[in-house]
Amino acid sequence: MTSEPILKVERLTKTYPTAAGPLTVVRDVSFELKAGATLAIIGPSGSGKTTLLGLCAGLDRATSGSVALAGHALGSLDEDGCARVRNAHVGFVFQNFQLLPTLTALENVLVPMELGEGARVGGEAEARALLGRVGLAGREHHYPVQLSGGEQQRVALARAFANGPKILFCDEPTGNLDGDTAAAMVELIFGLNHERGTTLVLVTHNPELAGRCESILRMARGTGELQDRL
Amino acid sequence: MNFILKMAWRDSRASRRRLLLCALSVAFGIAAQVALGSFSAGVERAVRTEAKGLLGADLVVTTRSPMPADLLRTLDTIGIERSGDRSFSSMMAFPTADGALRLVQVHALEGGFPFYGKLVAEPADAGERLRSGGNVAILEAALLSQFNAKVGDQVRLGRSLFTIIGALKTLPGETFGASMFAPRALIPAGSLAATGLSGSGSLARQSVALKLASGADSAKVEAGLWARFPNQHLSIATSQGRERDLGKALTHIYVFLSLVGFIAVLLGAVGLASALHVYVRQKIATVAVLRCLGAGAGRCLGVYLVQGLALGAFGAVAGAAGGVALQFALLAALGKLLPFSVPFFVAWPEVARGMGAGLTLCALFTLWSLLPVRRVPPLAALRAAEAEKPGASPDPWRGAVAMLIGVGIVALAIGQAHSIRVGLGFAAMLAVGFGVLAGAGMAVAWAARRVPLRGFPYPFRQGVANLHRPNNLTAVLLLSLGLATFLSMTVFLARSTLLREIGEAGAAGRTNLMFFDVQDDEIGPLSRLLAANGAPVGRQVPVVTMKIASLAGRPVQKVVDDRSARIPSWTLQREYRSTYRGSLVGDERLVEGEFAGRFDGSGDSGPIPISLEEGLFHDMRLKLGDEIDWDVQGVPMRTRVTSVRAVEWRRLEPNFFVVFPEGALEKAPATYLAAVRADGPGESARLQKAVAAMFPGVSSVDLSSITKILDGIFTRLAFAIEAMAFFTAATGLAVLASAVVAGRRQRVREAALLRTLGATGRLLARIELAENAVLGVLGGVVGCALALVANALLARWLFKVPAAAPPLAMAAAVAVVTLATLVTGWLAGRGAARQPPLEVLRADS
Repeated sequence: MTSEPILKVERLTKTYPTAAGPLTVVRDVSFELKAGATLAIIGPSGSGKTTLLGLCAGLDRATSGSVALAGHALGSLDEDGCARVRNAHVGFVFQNFQLLPTLTALENVLVPMELGEGARVGGEAEARALLGRVGLAGREHHYPVQLSGGEQQRVALARAFANGPKILFCDEPTGNLDGDTAAAMVELIFGLNHERGTTLVLVTHNPELAGRCESILRMARGTGELQDRL
Repeated sequence: MNFILKMAWRDSRASRRRLLLCALSVAFGIAAQVALGSFSAGVERAVRTEAKGLLGADLVVTTRSPMPADLLRTLDTIGIERSGDRSFSSMMAFPTADGALRLVQVHALEGGFPFYGKLVAEPADAGERLRSGGNVAILEAALLSQFNAKVGDQVRLGRSLFTIIGALKTLPGETFGASMFAPRALIPAGSLAATGLSGSGSLARQSVALKLASGADSAKVEAGLWARFPNQHLSIATSQGRERDLGKALTHIYVFLSLVGFIAVLLGAVGLASALHVYVRQKIATVAVLRCLGAGAGRCLGVYLVQGLALGAFGAVAGAAGGVALQFALLAALGKLLPFSVPFFVAWPEVARGMGAGLTLCALFTLWSLLPVRRVPPLAALRAAEAEKPGASPDPWRGAVAMLIGVGIVALAIGQAHSIRVGLGFAAMLAVGFGVLAGAGMAVAWAARRVPLRGFPYPFRQGVANLHRPNNLTAVLLLSLGLATFLSMTVFLARSTLLREIGEAGAAGRTNLMFFDVQDDEIGPLSRLLAANGAPVGRQVPVVTMKIASLAGRPVQKVVDDRSARIPSWTLQREYRSTYRGSLVGDERLVEGEFAGRFDGSGDSGPIPISLEEGLFHDMRLKLGDEIDWDVQGVPMRTRVTSVRAVEWRRLEPNFFVVFPEGALEKAPATYLAAVRADGPGESARLQKAVAAMFPGVSSVDLSSITKILDGIFTRLAFAIEAMAFFTAATGLAVLASAVVAGRRQRVREAALLRTLGATGRLLARIELAENAVLGVLGGVVGCALALVANALLARWLFKVPAAAPPLAMAAAVAVVTLATLVTGWLAGRGAARQPPLEVLRADS
């Protein structure tokens, strides 16, 4: 099982129709990641990083090529099928945290569990443990507006791990945080990733953060070049 | 499902108060529906349980001439109990009010009437005392208060003085309207002779009320009487017939009011949908995240659908409670128009019906405005712009739901109207009205974008710009405000139109005081008396009573029985009060044929040429040259219709359905009607007193009092319509409030940005003021314009008078709507500009 790639991307292309003609944002990108691997996608703004992340996570449909995520060919699934795959196997961390503002920290972490099929025994205890792991014990009932940016991102990280995902996608996870907070966040991401054997794909502008990943996919004008660092 | 419910509850946390405010718009509409439904059910129940009480008897036979002995004998054999009522108009004097006079309808009663229901008077034993006989009278309560008279005072009727023993509240068999022109005065039949008023005037009626044996069928008895006395010109009323007629009349009123209430429900649903539309746009990020976390499109839609339906349900429950309370007000206002008391009770089926209609509309509109939730891409969590991408294909589900809404509205309208034709017509009118108002809203939004406002102050330009910004509610707000204004103003204008016409009857120069039932030998002395008192008789009109014997050669009863003839029976069986004269008069014009002013009466001159009033002519389906045989107080008279006249009845001048030429009726027993001009109520009272002193049998009517009476009737009817309009207006304002509250986040952010850039709180208030003022003024103007059109149509086709359009009232209406809009907007949006900009901008980042 561990030898099977958790993410397999083949000749992936994404083209948007525009008034000036078709615009290809991701062109012919291929790579694969094994379980527990870490990959940083880097590149200048507009190079197609976030689009590629969205395609890999099943948030968008490719124009051509294929994505296999945790053994599921995303191209053959409908939107609800993709949603089930995301819920079962994927965790997300966004640049702007994207916590649900009307839910407490604990409830935010519980959402992926509650969305899963069948009730989960001990879900709340697990969510509390995750919040404790990211240093937010005692803050379970605080709403996002009552938390700082760093704290919100830690709740988002706890939520990302709620369903024990096989792969974690992070979009500029430290982009909205100051230096110290960002550093602490990076430690948490990699620490949890290591503890739980999760595959990590992150989009970043931060060379230091990218430098901690095993592989780097350098994007430029839609094309990607994979570099194995280890 | 568990997740959907849990998430719907959690997600609503920060917005519950404003969402509940949105539900208010639904509540108002449903309240109107429930109140009307419950009231109507109460009336129906009262009609059903008090059917016999409506008439006071199983069967009442009335004639305008003394009742033949064989008829009386027959009635005695039919009924197990019988009572009599001789009723006629007469002047009553109030010595305690300086001898003031008033035309009253005297009822000289004998026997145990009413057999069903109760004669309700104050004190309660007044009815019993009346039956004991003597010179006692029970007078209409309103009459007592008019002359400050009380129980124990005396009144004069003809030559007799009567002691007032009670104030009459209700008497079975009579309706509110029947007693408006002449209030009732009940006296024992035994005391009638001494008054010298025989009750033989032209408006005298003799009635016999019967109580039938238990289980007897009054309709069969009626048919038997018609068969046995075909030529006695009887008028027969049965409790079954009264129940049926009243039921029909009430159904019409109920249908009209409930259709107006339905508009409020519809408006509320539109308002809720609009507010939800704004609300879910603020939830795009949440939906996108949920989708990223694995929620399917259906579950996301489910979360917001549950919220929308919960709001609809809350609005429905609140509306139902409010509607039950409103029923009290309706009972207080409309109850007095009914001949029986309507109990207060909660009609649960009606409550369920009102709530069902409201919830169905809410569900459909909510679904329509929430469907876009399904299309929020999860990618929007990464890039907000993904949610706004143009060029997305139209959602076929939205089209399907829109069609369902159309079908739902038509079905509910048909259900409200109890008629497919009326329901379809109403739905079509609704579509036109909504189209005009929504079109005006869109035109305003379009104009706000296109019209250059460079010379105007900044707050005004910004306020107007708000009318066309994304997610604006300009169209829906104009729709609700305009509709409310339209309904209220249509009622007001119709009332102004009619009252102005009637008011003109009292205009300088026109006769405004009429004396009638003047006998042949009294007309000369009466004219001299009036002239001596400074009021020469303006018009002196002979009146001859007659009935139709046959129509175009067919006996009248055959025509009545012939349903295929489709001639209303009142035109055939009524007693006609006709006149004769040589020419047309000022309030009429010839529309067909040639008016014959003279008949020489020679043997070969053929039938007498007569002129018919236009409406009657058409109702009787006659054509020029048709012959009518009359029974003129026992004398047969053959006539031919040679002309048709259009009469302006609204001028309240004496006129007639049938006019004979001079030379035909002079020998027939006639009474006279004399019209004079009296300047002011004092002059009118003086003339009436002078005439009553000399001619106790002569009655009089001051037309200015009729104006007051009509105004009174209008006030009561207008209440019901205005109550419905109020609910539409309240719904409109609730829609406005919910729109302001729903868009508050956007407002707060804009305010914070503007304040960061240096705008003062005062400037922000002025921007909001400008936006709401434009909405209020436009809503008022468009609503008034529609009301003007509706009133013009009503005036032309229904009232047949020139339409009134009082400019001051229109301006006042626009001002009131604007003010209400400003106040509501201010109340709902207050505090938005007071939040510290930094706090807002930080929370938003």
